[in-house]
Amino acid sequence: MSNAAVELVDVNKWFGDFHVLKDINLTVQGGEKVVICGPSGSGKSTVVRCINRLEEHQSGTVRLDGVDLTNDQKSITAIQGAVGMVFQQFNLFPHLSVLDNLTLGPMKSLGLSRRDAETRAHHYLKRVRIPEQFDKRPAQLSGGQQQRVAIARSLCMEPKLLLFDEPTSALDPEMISEVLDVMVELAVDGMTMIVVTHEMGFARKVADQMVFMDHGEIVERGTPEAFFTAPESERCRTFLSQILQH
Amino acid sequence: MKRNVFALMSLVLLTGCSSSATWGWYVIDPRTPGGWINVKFLVSGMWNTIQISVIAALISILLGLLVALPGQSRSRGWRLINRIYVEFIRSIPLLPMLFWVFYGLPIIFKSMGLNIPIDPFWGAIITLAISDSAFTAEIYRAGIQSIARGQSEAAQTVGLNYVQTMRYVILPQAIRRILPPLANQFIYIVKMSAFASVIGMQELTRRANELVVTEYRPLEIYSLLIVEYLILVLIISAGVRWLERRMGSDERI
Ligand SMILES: Nc1ncnc2c1ncn2[C@@H]1O[C@H](COP(=O)(O)OP(=O)(O)OP(=O)(O)O)[C@@H](O)[C@H]1O
Ligand SMILES: [Mg+2]
Repeated sequence: MSNAAVELVDVNKWFGDFHVLKDINLTVQGGEKVVICGPSGSGKSTVVRCINRLEEHQSGTVRLDGVDLTNDQKSITAIQGAVGMVFQQFNLFPHLSVLDNLTLGPMKSLGLSRRDAETRAHHYLKRVRIPEQFDKRPAQLSGGQQQRVAIARSLCMEPKLLLFDEPTSALDPEMISEVLDVMVELAVDGMTMIVVTHEMGFARKVADQMVFMDHGEIVERGTPEAFFTAPESERCRTFLSQILQH
Repeated sequence: MKRNVFALMSLVLLTGCSSSATWGWYVIDPRTPGGWINVKFLVSGMWNTIQISVIAALISILLGLLVALPGQSRSRGWRLINRIYVEFIRSIPLLPMLFWVFYGLPIIFKSMGLNIPIDPFWGAIITLAISDSAFTAEIYRAGIQSIARGQSEAAQTVGLNYVQTMRYVILPQAIRRILPPLANQFIYIVKMSAFASVIGMQELTRRANELVVTEYRPLEIYSLLIVEYLILVLIISAGVRWLERRMGSDERI
């Protein structure tokens, strides 16, 4: 039996009394791209954050490469290093240069020398197409550039899996495509990706699996063709018609 | 209002000049041999005040950090330890704590078979440092919490553990917000070090008290004492501003 990259089995989570995730089941194979969409507050971010343990689930199983997530702090740190995450608000380290943003994890967590970490950083900055900005502070870059630095920062950890939580929602419209282009290239290169986004053009292009969430449940899932042409549930149809209108 | 106060003060000074019996500035007049000896005696307490304050502040800065970090932990047990320490220490007035440390602690040591005498110097330092550390810990807490949660989450996603996250991501950003209140705390320590006089520490206030007993010129001597503290505090404030400007420069990991 081959291990899936990510496997969620009957995952439940509560914030106090509030049941945010209800029996979530999701399997993502290595190299697969999954796009999660759904209305605000439906639990999309929470699913993604349970996968890299920024949130803890209360029942069910989260498995990465066949290994159950446990509460052991050392293994949590190891998992978090092996799973990259790109946030809506970039969350770059404002007190460090772009280069230091990229080398911090590899040096302190993976134990690379500064020289190796910098070589790696320059490599990935080239890949996200901003090789010349390495000595700037994040605040000196545009939003689109900052998000690409954030993607490069994740890539520098050479993760097996990349999570994106609405990576373009905080961007001005004219900067969205420069970020999406980079993400499409990553997808083509075979990266395993779970992407929360409402960019349906991107979803059509790269998704192997579409997931629609509402009120903490996975309401519908399927290939992009089936998902976009013949959504089964009423909720999904309403949601799609709303976001595809503009 | 201001004018009234000024008029009142002039009046007091003028009456003072007219009847020389109430004034005795000569006791601290450096131009007279006796005055010079007195001034030297008073100012020589400065060195001990500075020593006590600086050492106590350094210990408090470290101790405060040690107390603050468990307060940021995910585990409720660690956070509880932090809360108990802060609430407990914060509620003890300085003077009783000073008596407890100076007169009480040696008895505890003795009962444990340890012969550790506590002299006024270290008694004052230990008391000031512990008392202040609860406040320092709260300053760290505010500074750390002012850094958005996204920063520590991002640090976790590049594989940093808790200590590394603090060391490389949170504290470097928090320090600029922590420094000004920490400097205020240092000024507070300098002022509180005056309490050390009651356990016989030969610092500024003790010297002034002793001279008042022999010269019986409390107004003049305590006036000079206030000026001495004023100068100390002004120097510290200037140093802090210089430090803050320097902090603006680049940081590397
Ligand atoms: N730390 C928290 N404590 C309490 N409730 C929370 C917490 N985080 C999220 N929630 C609630 O859980 C629900 C799901 O949140 P989540 O962020 O996963 O939704 P989302 O689908 O990502 O929404 P959005 O599109 O707005 O980002 C929301 O109702 C939110 O208010
Ligand atoms: Mg969200």
